[in-house]
Amino acid sequence: MANVADVPKPSFRLSMLLYDTRYRSLTIQIVVFLLVMAGAAWLVDNTIRNLQALGKDFNFSFLGARAGYDISQRLVEYTNDSTHGRALLIGLLNTLLVAFLGCIAATVIGVLVGVLRLSKNWLIARLMTVYVEIFRNIPLLLWILLIYAVFTEAAPAPNAFRVNAETGEAATSMFLDAFAVTNRYTAIPNPVFGLDLGWLNIGLFYVSVDFLLLVAAIVVGFFLNRMALRRATRIQEATGDRPTTWWQSLLLLVGIPVAALIAMGFHFEFPELKGFNFTGGLNVSNSFMALWLALSLYTGAFIAEIVRAGVLAISKGQSEAAFALGLRPARTMNLVILPQALRVIIPPLISQYLNLTKNSSLAIAVGYLDLRGTLGGITLNQTGRELECVLLMMLIYLTISLIISGLMNVYNASVKLKER
Amino acid sequence: MKKSAFLGTLTVAGLAAGMVSAATLDDVKARGELNCGVSTGLTGFSLPDANGVWSGFDVAICRAVAAAVLGDATKVKFVPTTGQTRFTALASGEVDMLARNSTWTFSRDTDLKLDFVGVNYYDGQGFMVRKDLGVTSAKELEGATICIQTGTTTELNLADWFKTNNLNYTPVAIETNAEGEQQYAAGACDAYTTDASGLASTRASFADPENHIILPEIISKEPLGPAVRHGDNQWADIVRWTLNALIAAEEYGVTSANMEELAANSPNPEVKRLLGAEGDLGVMTGLDKDWAKRAIGVAGNYGEIFAATIGEATPIGLARGLNAQWTQGGLLYAPPFR
Ligand SMILES: N[C@@H](CCC(=O)N[C@@H](CS)C(=O)NCC(=O)O)C(=O)O
Repeated sequence: MANVADVPKPSFRLSMLLYDTRYRSLTIQIVVFLLVMAGAAWLVDNTIRNLQALGKDFNFSFLGARAGYDISQRLVEYTNDSTHGRALLIGLLNTLLVAFLGCIAATVIGVLVGVLRLSKNWLIARLMTVYVEIFRNIPLLLWILLIYAVFTEAAPAPNAFRVNAETGEAATSMFLDAFAVTNRYTAIPNPVFGLDLGWLNIGLFYVSVDFLLLVAAIVVGFFLNRMALRRATRIQEATGDRPTTWWQSLLLLVGIPVAALIAMGFHFEFPELKGFNFTGGLNVSNSFMALWLALSLYTGAFIAEIVRAGVLAISKGQSEAAFALGLRPARTMNLVILPQALRVIIPPLISQYLNLTKNSSLAIAVGYLDLRGTLGGITLNQTGRELECVLLMMLIYLTISLIISGLMNVYNASVKLKER
Repeated sequence: MKKSAFLGTLTVAGLAAGMVSAATLDDVKARGELNCGVSTGLTGFSLPDANGVWSGFDVAICRAVAAAVLGDATKVKFVPTTGQTRFTALASGEVDMLARNSTWTFSRDTDLKLDFVGVNYYDGQGFMVRKDLGVTSAKELEGATICIQTGTTTELNLADWFKTNNLNYTPVAIETNAEGEQQYAAGACDAYTTDASGLASTRASFADPENHIILPEIISKEPLGPAVRHGDNQWADIVRWTLNALIAAEEYGVTSANMEELAANSPNPEVKRLLGAEGDLGVMTGLDKDWAKRAIGVAGNYGEIFAATIGEATPIGLARGLNAQWTQGGLLYAPPFR
């Protein structure tokens, strides 16, 4: 009994940090952490010293200085007298515009192609495979440049639409008198409100009151429709008969906004060739079109694969059961397969949206002035504030990405399997 | 204790590796090669040939500096830079000097921490349009689409000029001159605007130069010159005086052909000082006596370089104009070599 006390208590020795599995992982973590911190400290220190050696300081006051350059595509008002901060906003809005429209188009393309690639029709399935493989395997930048080149080289100049005084004819004519694809831009009709109710200042920019009313009409219609549907469900539950609601829905969802549009004198202004260019309509620049199409087609190919994988992940028994219940293939897809597949699809879809948004910074290749083009391009160059501009740009892209993934996570939570 | 010493060493080693050095001359000599920032390709100014050998008006400055410093005009690494990347390339130490149609402006000289060492071409911004457009003055460009290189003084001048003249235009931002040429040739813009010398050079590279005209308006002053980093005065002196040597050589009639003879027999002491036969001017800049002779020996004096690269006998066909010697009614005026 007495010897028990003689057993030496294992005392702590330094070598145990390395050889004792209880401590080893901790040691490694601390060392790695220190190395990472040292690396970061070195970077910061090096930057500060280099800035000093160049005699440069670090400040953001340039954002308040006059920008002095013009931007052709601006969603909110901007002139060359505006500040660099304002130019940043214009660039940011351009980035968001192309990213937003790109995500929508890529999703539509992706879902269609992904589902069609599973089609039993040999030709359609093969065509979709070709599309996916071509777009997935060629760098995005090349697609952007290619589409841009097709627009600028193959489309006619605005001049070609001019009616020759002698012959009374033009080399090219507009499509439906409303659309003109030129080698600079695509001229499309411009939606305008005949009844100008003024503009509302919302801090950063002005919004048309007419537009706000239209949004309000859509929202009101949407909620009224929801009420109508709930009422229908109540009646169905009470009596077993569901009253027909489609005409109510149509009236509420479409009728109210249309009525609002008519009341505000909504109409289109058509593009018209004046001087060098089309005026009156909206000129959607080729750089935007090329970037948007390339981003959508490229990301769409990836999304198609994700959708296909999601659909294939649903066991065959599900569709067999649905067929056994007498559901037609389209309804089986919409009601049984897709809702379940969404759970598999959403998480990788988020990455695709993030990719698309970040890839939009390739805009510089075709001179589309997005955030990279304004803040990270012209402003950076004219002010010589490389570090500030790049850091700010990184911060903004990071913020956009976090917001997108946050929103998508909320959506994911709403479609994911709800376990009880 | 040990760890912090290790980290300290690491930091110092890293700093030494990543710092922009203040002694450019030593760096260039140690490297045995001059890194010179030029444009990505502008006929007559800087363009590589089929064998990758660069030549042109701006390139000649780089070669003259390399000859003066290293004794060998071929020891130059040409780094193509766009309007947007050039100043970053210089500031970060990727290049030792810029000779890239860069306009000397107040903010570039001060805020961007560059030093312009002089002017090798007095220029101004102009417009080029297709002849069949029927435009004869820039004031008729209301509503036009105009191609413009980003990151240049050009885009700022353009904005200012259209504003003061109350005209509207649509800018098409492009990255390099080659892209601008392509866009303009495809008709994606009505007019192309940049320095008049650049327009002449661009026009010369077209298959049908006669179908394009350069409008009479010159809307800005663009003194183009070589630039170095702010803060290294010795290096700035070397580049500045190499340029001055080329200009002075023309003024005094020193050419690559008669240089040796004049160094021996010229009655003009200034010529002798320039060519290192008298005094030791070169030594004062940290080089040797013969530096200017080597610089002039590469492709001759300013006038010879001008004539061979962009002058009236070349397809670019630029007249001397403002770039004639002050004795000929131009603005070129090298300070005395004394
Ligand atoms: N002088 C102006 C413009 C300089 C510039 O970009 N020039 C054009 C045409 S003259 C050029 O060199 N382009 C060649 C290239 O794109 O690399 C400036 O310094 O901002």
